[in-house]
Amino acid sequence: MLLIQCPYCGPRPELEFAYGGQAHIARPLKPADLNDDEWAAFLYMRVNTKGVHAERWRHARGCNRFFNALRDTTTDHFLAVYKTGEARPALNTAGGHS
Amino acid sequence: MADLTGIPTMNHLTTARIAPQVTRSHWLAPLAPRSRFSLRAAPQVLALAGAAFGVAPSEQACRAVVQGTRAALWLSPDEQLLLGLEADTASIQADLHAALGKAAYSLVDVSHRQTALEISGPNAADILNGASPLDLSLAAFPVGMCTRTLLDKADIILWRTQHDVFHIEVWRSFTDYVTGLLSVIAREYES
Ligand SMILES: [Zn+2]
Repeated sequence: MLLIQCPYCGPRPELEFAYGGQAHIARPLKPADLNDDEWAAFLYMRVNTKGVHAERWRHARGCNRFFNALRDTTTDHFLAVYKTGEARPALNTAGGHS
Repeated sequence: MADLTGIPTMNHLTTARIAPQVTRSHWLAPLAPRSRFSLRAAPQVLALAGAAFGVAPSEQACRAVVQGTRAALWLSPDEQLLLGLEADTASIQADLHAALGKAAYSLVDVSHRQTALEISGPNAADILNGASPLDLSLAAFPVGMCTRTLLDKADIILWRTQHDVFHIEVWRSFTDYVTGLLSVIAREYES
């Protein structure tokens, strides 16, 4: 079973987690100022990355916390996890992960 | 408006009447009713609550702290499950509200939301692993560790109280399911 590292609880089985979509999408401070295209872009447009993807996860059956992860979508390999609010970490690509 | 008089509320039911019947066996036992509180607050407020409750809550993730008849289980950085004697329910609640005053916190009496089971013996971890993928080796899940997790389809709180003894908190309506599931798995270890 795939183990996912919770930044609070440590490595835990995948079935305790829920996927939360692309990370680092900031809600516009004044949605009323946006036109329909901008609002649609905020609501619906996502990157669909092939490779390293920054995404939200939630330890839904454990500590209940949301956190962020960098995952390679081609290998399902988790490259880094970090707490909500922290900056996306730089990856050391020398290890062979893109 | 409907006449609601005569409809018993949870408070009017005795614990004995609504507690599921779990048969005691040598490895699985229902634990006595107790008071339970879900406490959510920032760490500094949790520390205040700990002073009033008599148990300093763990700052380390997934650890339970026991003091006398009371225990505080880390469930999340801002969430502790407080356990105490059933007879102390009202006084625990009053003491915590008095100590926390105007601080931002949530204290909910969940005494009747869940029941407790104890699974023990040399096969306890193996039986649990029949329905849980957690690493229950002593290195990964030492004595004193607790966590919310899934046992097959049931949300539980698992707490290793001794080397080969686990305390399980389970949602009341899932008690029969969990005991039945564990009993089926335990057949593997019958001699
Ligand atoms: Zn966690």
